[in-house]
Amino acid sequence: MLASRLMASKLTRDEVRRVATLARLELTDAEIELFTAQLGAILDYASEIQRIDTSGVPATSHALGETGVWRNDQPVPSLDRREILDGAPYADPSAGLFKVPKVL
Amino acid sequence: MTPSPIDRFATVTSLRAALDRRETTAEALCRTVLDRIAAGDGPLHAFQHVSPERALSRARALDRAPRPAGLLHGIPIALKDNIAVRGLPATAGSRILEHYISPFDATVVEKLERAGAVIVGKTVCDEFAMGSSTENCAYGPSRNPWDLDRIPGGSSGGSAVAVAAGMTPLALGSDTGGSIRQPAALCGIVGLKPTYGRVSRYGLIAFASSLDQIGPMTRSVADAARCLEVISGPDPRDSTAGARPASFIAALSGDIRGLRIGVPYALLESGVADDVQAAFTQSLEVLQKLGAVVSRVELPHSTSGIPVYYLVATAEASSNLARFDGVRYGLHVGGETIDAMYRRTRSAGFGAEVKRRIMLGTYALSAGYYDAYYRKAQQVRTLIRGDFERAFEAVDAVALPTTPTAAFKLGERTGDPLQMYKADVFTVGAPLAGLPALSVPCGLTPNHLPVGLQLVGPAWEEATLLRLADAYERVTPWAGLHPRV
Repeated sequence: MLASRLMASKLTRDEVRRVATLARLELTDAEIELFTAQLGAILDYASEIQRIDTSGVPATSHALGETGVWRNDQPVPSLDRREILDGAPYADPSAGLFKVPKVL
Repeated sequence: MTPSPIDRFATVTSLRAALDRRETTAEALCRTVLDRIAAGDGPLHAFQHVSPERALSRARALDRAPRPAGLLHGIPIALKDNIAVRGLPATAGSRILEHYISPFDATVVEKLERAGAVIVGKTVCDEFAMGSSTENCAYGPSRNPWDLDRIPGGSSGGSAVAVAAGMTPLALGSDTGGSIRQPAALCGIVGLKPTYGRVSRYGLIAFASSLDQIGPMTRSVADAARCLEVISGPDPRDSTAGARPASFIAALSGDIRGLRIGVPYALLESGVADDVQAAFTQSLEVLQKLGAVVSRVELPHSTSGIPVYYLVATAEASSNLARFDGVRYGLHVGGETIDAMYRRTRSAGFGAEVKRRIMLGTYALSAGYYDAYYRKAQQVRTLIRGDFERAFEAVDAVALPTTPTAAFKLGERTGDPLQMYKADVFTVGAPLAGLPALSVPCGLTPNHLPVGLQLVGPAWEEATLLRLADAYERVTPWAGLHPRV
């Protein structure tokens, strides 16, 4: 069973590196070492919930079980473009654009 | 220090009355508060940012109004630094937002200012509200005014200190797993986390969107009722903010005869310090003397609250914090490729706890682990909600200590994140179930550290909690005790 395999497994450095890549974080070797131990301990502790029988129990998507609400599709003013671009760390306000490194 | 006619620990309610009687002015009150912050905040570090000119100009404008109108007319207030005020910084305790200036007002800011409140500054918090001590603030922690060697609690620690130490009569915090109630308890003030959806989250820098709520931190229960009356209500910019009209001030009748209070004794067996347990037991006796009926309730799945909370909240945080990408706001560290820019910006800008939580949440959501961690946690969350629903068939409120111990020492738990997380054992249940909960001072330990009584209510029943806590406060000395400052 998946749950029992997880409970038995220890978090590895390679898994921590893989998760850091997914999260767009660059970790030092010292951070990898620390997080492998700390996240491993937290996940071991969190694995206790796998003992709870949740067959047929729906997953919560809203704390009070409420669903979406509707509003009229009416245009309203949004934030001022120039002001937003002036607050951006790397933009070309006169062109009206955010800037990013070349992607193509 | 210059003597001031305004009591350092006056409540909002009494200050508002003094303004009505023209015994003081909004400007005088604002100056007094700014002086107290300037004189007293050095060792406490409650404030991340103070905005004297903006505050004084607003106070003067209020004094020019024909007569005081709003519920908070002339009342100085401090806001946790994860709440947006147009033209002011909002660091959320993070280096990644060190130079950010908010281009808009949070909905609560609009509501507060419409009611006449005067925003004097922004308070220290754990980075992105992730923490239970303010030690995760990138700009240094706040300190507990009852003992400067101890933490004030977190993550809204600066707001708690500002109110407890007699700097501002009112503050706002935000609560995701206990971040209003826990520092309120550890600093000896009142803190209220409203029902999920009672208060708009527009302009609150998101941590975990299914849990986050803004709420008041005050010197009295009546002040919390007054502030909630101002900040609550629906908002077209936050579709989760609902219209459930209620009057909180009118609920404070002092009469709690016949109200039923349930105590989850089994959950308390997970460990409560003797001094906290003693104060809690006494508070139950007081409530009984006032006519409340105390009985036992079972919340069998609440013992799993910590793992469920730390899986759900970190998963949501890993998604919410993806917006800090070096492009639109905050820190930017350049790179050859867009991925290198993302990685360098985020690695330089986020602190250790935020990285840890992003990692944990990313792991819990990642392929192969989603079912075992994230989905499982959301299923157990459903069971936790069901336990509360059943309990509220028999009682009007659930009572438990806000925290298992009084304030701990700075540095005591920073090396062991899991130990830090366990400080939230009694506070994570209410947000997981979307329920309102408040903490009211209920005693001092032999070391003269405050203890909080927590009351959790059914959804939208803040009025019941406020009535219970107000009646309790009227016959006990605790809310009237203050640290020596």
